[in-house]
Amino acid sequence: MNDSSTTAAPTDRPGAAPPAIPREPGEVIGKLYGLLAEFETPAAIMVAAHRVREAGYKWWDCHTPFPVHGLDKAMGIRPTILPWLVMGAGLTGAVTGVVLQWYTNATNFDAWLIVPITGYDFLVSGKPMWSLPANIPVIFELTVLFSAIGCVAMMLFLSKLPWLYHPCLKNERFRRATDDRFFIVIEARDPLFYRRKSQEFLKSLGATAVEALEA
Amino acid sequence: MTTLVIDNTFDDPTRRAPLVLGHDRFGTVTEKICSISEARRPPRAWYIAFAISLAFASILGVMILYLFATGVGVWGNQNPVMWGFPIVNFVFWIGIGHAGTLISAILFLFRQKWRTAINRFAEAMTIFAVICAGTFPGIHLGRVWVSYWIFPIPNQMEMWPQFRSPLLWDVFAVGTYFTVSLLFWYVGMLPDLATLRDRARTKVRAMAYGIFALGWRGSVRHWHRYERAYLILAALATPLVLSVHSVVSFDFAVAQVPGWHTTIFPPYFVAGAIFSGFAMVMTLAIPARQLWGLRDFITMRHLENMNKIILVTGSMVGYAYLMEFFTAWYSGSIYEWFAFANRAFGPYAWAYWIMVSCNVVIPQIFWFQWARRKIAVMFIVSLLVNLGMWFERFVIIVTSLAQDYLPSSWGYFTPTWVDLLTLAGSFGLFMTLFLLFCRYLPIIAMAEVKHVMPQANPHGHAGQEPGESEAGR
Repeated sequence: MNDSSTTAAPTDRPGAAPPAIPREPGEVIGKLYGLLAEFETPAAIMVAAHRVREAGYKWWDCHTPFPVHGLDKAMGIRPTILPWLVMGAGLTGAVTGVVLQWYTNATNFDAWLIVPITGYDFLVSGKPMWSLPANIPVIFELTVLFSAIGCVAMMLFLSKLPWLYHPCLKNERFRRATDDRFFIVIEARDPLFYRRKSQEFLKSLGATAVEALEA
Repeated sequence: MTTLVIDNTFDDPTRRAPLVLGHDRFGTVTEKICSISEARRPPRAWYIAFAISLAFASILGVMILYLFATGVGVWGNQNPVMWGFPIVNFVFWIGIGHAGTLISAILFLFRQKWRTAINRFAEAMTIFAVICAGTFPGIHLGRVWVSYWIFPIPNQMEMWPQFRSPLLWDVFAVGTYFTVSLLFWYVGMLPDLATLRDRARTKVRAMAYGIFALGWRGSVRHWHRYERAYLILAALATPLVLSVHSVVSFDFAVAQVPGWHTTIFPPYFVAGAIFSGFAMVMTLAIPARQLWGLRDFITMRHLENMNKIILVTGSMVGYAYLMEFFTAWYSGSIYEWFAFANRAFGPYAWAYWIMVSCNVVIPQIFWFQWARRKIAVMFIVSLLVNLGMWFERFVIIVTSLAQDYLPSSWGYFTPTWVDLLTLAGSFGLFMTLFLLFCRYLPIIAMAEVKHVMPQANPHGHAGQEPGESEAGR
């Protein structure tokens, strides 16, 4: 993660306290979370995202109503490790399928799984107790089941969702982020964040509006 | 502007046909689709349909109660046809579900972008169909109070399920299929639930949609993982959808009964499932499209594409019917050959020929372009295909069991009134769930539709007319 403390703090930055800048009418009352800039087209936010990244900001994000093709690359987001986690979940499922069927149908020893349990070796038409082909379907289904559940759970976990309360969601203008507008948010904790300078910067990128977000 | 043309069925090789008609702004797409669930009252037709569906769903409830209170003797299941309507209905409903996953997963992997208008629909249909399907084996168990024996849960007998039985594979296949379909549907709906949350005018709506939207705020960092997760889910669901009906077909193919014991069953069942599922998508999409004015999203091109798939899968099913006969004759087994000759010309010939005409003969009309583009024709064909596919399962299950090896044990299956009302009731349950979905949830995947609009391409020239860039890529 990007830890702001490792970067040399600019001398005129007022530390962790919110920037002490006179409020304009309609300004935030509480602590400042960051600045919100609105754009009207995918092309506009694409250009703006490039510039924000070039300017060296670290704690910033784009919000779009649909995944804009190439915007993640423009922002410099590294590929997610999600596929590897899903592979782990899938392997867990496969192993569960093998162990479950082997223990319950091909053994007869005692074990402990919340309650005491015992294997039960089923003899079916004189076939071997443990014959893998007949066990493939369940192994396959459990692999898929574990992978899918793991995939969704990990996707949400890595994105820190569910997070029902968020400073962005308090903003009236931000409601169009799920409709037809494209937003860039630069957080106040970014080492390069200066209330005025960042605001001017965002305006210079062609933002149709720039607003402060209350934490 | 090319996106405003009304006919997008014409193929101009120099440019992609637009997938959304009449909308050149993202906002109007949101407005149009959200207005369906935001309207104070749904159209009158919705109330009428809902009342009828709810009545039938109640009949299902009453029939199940009657069954539990009395026993499976209330059904027509009788020696030698021990698998009657419940298993026919189970296979029928689980087959319906397959089109949803095909549209959402397989067409996604093949980059068939026209799927965006119909995938939410089809996924919802899948889930409700699997709910109906799961009901039947559940109530068919006889002693429902020990139905937990089908799961590997420690019980007082110290026994476990027998994992070498296809019936148990079914439990895992259908259970996994339901869970994965539900996850796929829900994950796809997250951004659209957030849209409904952000547009909510009342506290209750904001809270209800807000909780299910999980705080989604369209962050590109989230989208990045989301798109990857969606791709992985599609890649998982694709083999899954093929496996589910294959496993269902193993219920028959692994048995020794003539007419069941064939290796063609898995692919034949999968093709049939997709065929019937697409027919059900048409049956639902056509009225919904008219009722809520979704012609700009579910365009004639979408309907035509689905009709082409119905033609293809219908012909595949027809090929399987022919191949079954060939295999039976070529096998040299008199029991096998009798089972098939008896299907076509025996006491159930009426059912067999309903099946062949509805599934193989009638869809051939889609070779003609006018038929693929005529709403009335496609609606009637879709209903007939549903009928035909129900009869396919009836023919496979009942004819094979009614007359097998020993003439002394032959019989004739007759359903009882409970059988018929339970089947009708399952349609009621299905339609009730579907109508509730249409009323309260985003029935078209807004975020995905916006994504396939030409304006969504960030590399197009910002000032250009929509449609001048690569439309519908």
